[in-house]
Amino acid sequence: MSILIWIIQLIFVPAFSPLCVGIIRKIKAKLQNRQGANVFQPYRDIWKLLHKDEVVSKDASWIFRFTPYIVFTVTLVVGFCIPLFLPHVLGFVTSDILFIVYTLAIGTFFMALAGMDTGSAFGGFGSSREMTISALAEGGFIFSLLTMALIVGSSNLFDITSFTRSVNSQYFLPTILAFCGFFIILLAETARFPFDNPATHLELTMIHEAMILEYSGKRLALMEWAASNKLLIFIALGANLFFPFGFPTNVGFMALALGIFYFLMKMFLFCVAIAVLESSIAKFRFFRLPDLLLISFIFNVVAIGLIQSIK
Amino acid sequence: MLEIITSPTSFFILLSLFFVGGIGSLFFLKNDKQANGWSSFFAIVGSLWGLFFSIAAILTKSSLLFDVKTSFFSLFKMSFHIDLLSSFFIFVISLIALFCSIYGIGYIRHYYKKYNIGVLGFFYNLFIGSLILVVTSSNGILFLIFWEIMSISSYFLVVYDNHDDDNVKAGLLYLVMTYIGTSFIILAFLLLYKYIGSFDFLIIKDNIALVPTSIKNIVFVSAFIGFGLKAGIIPLHIWLPAAHPAAPSHVSALMSGVMIKSGIYMMVRLFLDILQPVPFWWGLVVLVVGSISALLGVLYALTEHDIKRLLAYHSIENIGIILLGLGSALTFYSLNLPALALLGLMAALFHTLNHAIFKALLFLSAGSVINETHTRNMEEYGGLIKYMPQTALFFLIGSVAISALPPFNGFFSEWLTYQALFQGIAQMSFTTQWVFILATGSLAFTGGLALACFVKAFGATFLARPRSKEVTYVKESVLSMRLGMGGLALLTLLFGIFSGYTISLLKTISQGLNIFKDSASAVNVSSSQSINVSNGFSSISGMFVFILLIVTTFLVIFVFKKIINKKQKECTTNTWDCGTNLTPRAEITATGFSRSIILIFKGLLKPTIQHSIEYYDDQNRYLPKSRTVTLNIGNMYHTYLYQPLHMVINKLSVRAKAIQNGNIDLYISYIFVALMLALLVIL
Repeated sequence: MSILIWIIQLIFVPAFSPLCVGIIRKIKAKLQNRQGANVFQPYRDIWKLLHKDEVVSKDASWIFRFTPYIVFTVTLVVGFCIPLFLPHVLGFVTSDILFIVYTLAIGTFFMALAGMDTGSAFGGFGSSREMTISALAEGGFIFSLLTMALIVGSSNLFDITSFTRSVNSQYFLPTILAFCGFFIILLAETARFPFDNPATHLELTMIHEAMILEYSGKRLALMEWAASNKLLIFIALGANLFFPFGFPTNVGFMALALGIFYFLMKMFLFCVAIAVLESSIAKFRFFRLPDLLLISFIFNVVAIGLIQSIK
Repeated sequence: MLEIITSPTSFFILLSLFFVGGIGSLFFLKNDKQANGWSSFFAIVGSLWGLFFSIAAILTKSSLLFDVKTSFFSLFKMSFHIDLLSSFFIFVISLIALFCSIYGIGYIRHYYKKYNIGVLGFFYNLFIGSLILVVTSSNGILFLIFWEIMSISSYFLVVYDNHDDDNVKAGLLYLVMTYIGTSFIILAFLLLYKYIGSFDFLIIKDNIALVPTSIKNIVFVSAFIGFGLKAGIIPLHIWLPAAHPAAPSHVSALMSGVMIKSGIYMMVRLFLDILQPVPFWWGLVVLVVGSISALLGVLYALTEHDIKRLLAYHSIENIGIILLGLGSALTFYSLNLPALALLGLMAALFHTLNHAIFKALLFLSAGSVINETHTRNMEEYGGLIKYMPQTALFFLIGSVAISALPPFNGFFSEWLTYQALFQGIAQMSFTTQWVFILATGSLAFTGGLALACFVKAFGATFLARPRSKEVTYVKESVLSMRLGMGGLALLTLLFGIFSGYTISLLKTISQGLNIFKDSASAVNVSSSQSINVSNGFSSISGMFVFILLIVTTFLVIFVFKKIINKKQKECTTNTWDCGTNLTPRAEITATGFSRSIILIFKGLLKPTIQHSIEYYDDQNRYLPKSRTVTLNIGNMYHTYLYQPLHMVINKLSVRAKAIQNGNIDLYISYIFVALMLALLVIL
């Protein structure tokens, strides 16, 4: 049974992440009075791209060729290590909060290098902007996870989800503050409004898209897929760490199915929230983004201060 | 067998190897090749011997204490004390010296016929030998002598490339700052001597209760300034980004990787060993200074486009991270939490080791690049990955390690440092807790900014198209240089994978200190090599992380290359150029890359931008001929700290000049008055 759970845990994120993107696009289309593509369209896009020939720049080195695999691997590994639909899986030693943060940073690191590798002006400034944002997002990211770890007394993500099920009401305020901080980081790290526009290809505004502009075919598919994996990872972290309910109590077949169902519901709610937010606000000016990221950091610092005064 | 290796005789053989290597190479002043061979051979053999010596000492947990009989002065005893902490530092020194010396064989060749190789070999061997002596001597005066030999030999290595005036200037700054530091260290030792009556470290330690707390505080401040200056803490760092780039690259690697750690060694020795028990606020001061050094160090690194200065600033950042571990150890211990203090010390020592390895690796690979391109300016590189693929790989590994990405070693020591700080947040009372929160915040932002900085460093140096003609003539470095770098690159990975084993050894080493003799540790390493902190607050396993990442990578590559898509074609064309001609000028530069971060932190960095435009026709300004934008980072420390200090000293000197008018009668009367006063005081 545990092998089966491991396999489900490994393929769950890549299996559902395109759906996540599809749902967000569909809701955004509806809000813009458009019909919108089918929610399964991202799957078809990935499948199509995977079978296309590709064009590689002659200036590119092995970094450019190898990066899509690394970026995709990183999202798989992180997806494997975080709580998705089960509160407790055989105590992974790699479910540590810092491991998650720094492993995701591997992906960012190589993606930024790949952006610079082809020597196009777009890739370079995309990398520069991406690294600026992710450098400033790191503080808020670590601190929002740390807040939950301090409440629980363990920095293992599975411990956090299984503990807060019996959540004490006095930790309500710090949890909400930490969640607000985390949500800002979610938007920043997954290249969403107000940080980045996932649908743009205008050189003035794009960040993530600029870095992967030179990719095509299979490698582009991997990059796109990895980006949607990352989105689902952040949604899963937000849903399970801060709202830890709906987990199965035993490891039976029905319980598992129910757990997956609950998780998909939570995922849907997050998608709705992101889509509504994207449709209702404008993208910020680049130099206003640090303020937002600093707010996330301050939220978490306040939350940690609150926890200590409760204890 | 192990007893023979860890005997005093073996220690003197170790020293004599460097001595013979150094003196011997002076005899080959005429023949560059022989001088290089001789000095490198003895440096390599000596480092190997040092490795065996220290590993044997650590494994047998032996502590060595011996005197060399000299009866010239009663205060000056040639006493050496090699406990586990010293052995650990001998290990770090020998490890880095070994690979730097291997690298040196090939690297020194480009100095043939230009400079004197024998002199380089002499000072190089002297430098390594003095480093080992610094961490083993157990007498204040003896220590200061070796400390000075270390400083002076490194000074001569900094100014070795003396055809460049900048190097000579950097050397002078280094020398002046070093002497300021040494004077503070002397002050600390003299104060201790006044109350205890001995310079011997062990006697001071036994009688530390004789020293009143107020004096101890002064000793702390002056020792922290003195040793902190060598370690490069901000704002005493100004010599470091000047001196490290000036030296030959394998020496820069040793200076950045090892020499600045001698300051850390003495801080551990004094604050956690000799001066214990210590007041509570010392730890907080170390924590605050560590946070500032870490954050500002990486910010200054981002502004640099001189590759070696960039790396030098990262040394300041990493010293800050080491101090975070040390500071939390001090704080915990003075609050009577020895288990957590042990965690902090282990984090500091582990990061000392790791930083030595990856910083040496980065300096060596930067040295290979500079050796081929003859410039340190990153804006003139670009595309080097195609010309020096192996050096690029080594630099990449170093960058990944220093950015604390798993599964390389940097991640595990930063992880341990984070754990020490997390425990501080969780367990401290209100005010102390905020210091820990700020330290954690500084470490988190430092991590993110270091990542950005190394994307910049690697991207601007190795990726895209060459930005100058010199790059196209570049060839891969010679075998010995690649061996030196490759060895270190392998070590970054090995110390990551076997971090569990390393940490259990570090625990033994830290428990060798008197204060931790019987204390339990907050870190435990399980039989499956996973590291657990404070009863399951956190755990990680280097081996498991490595296996997980490697297996998944192969799985992904296999699935996507062999199963899903086998018949795919790949064609190679130009990068999309928007219809224009794509030249290297379209690429992002190192300065451009970090400009947005600089602007965000403009309150701290104080950048200045100057625009100047030259027109074809000055009368009607329509057609600009050339535009120049000069982006400059103001040196706050010069303007706000060192220049005012300089002015004050200058003014005082001018005043003092008034009583020195050159009249010899007046001087004799001064002597007479001084004598009378002295007699009056005594009688």
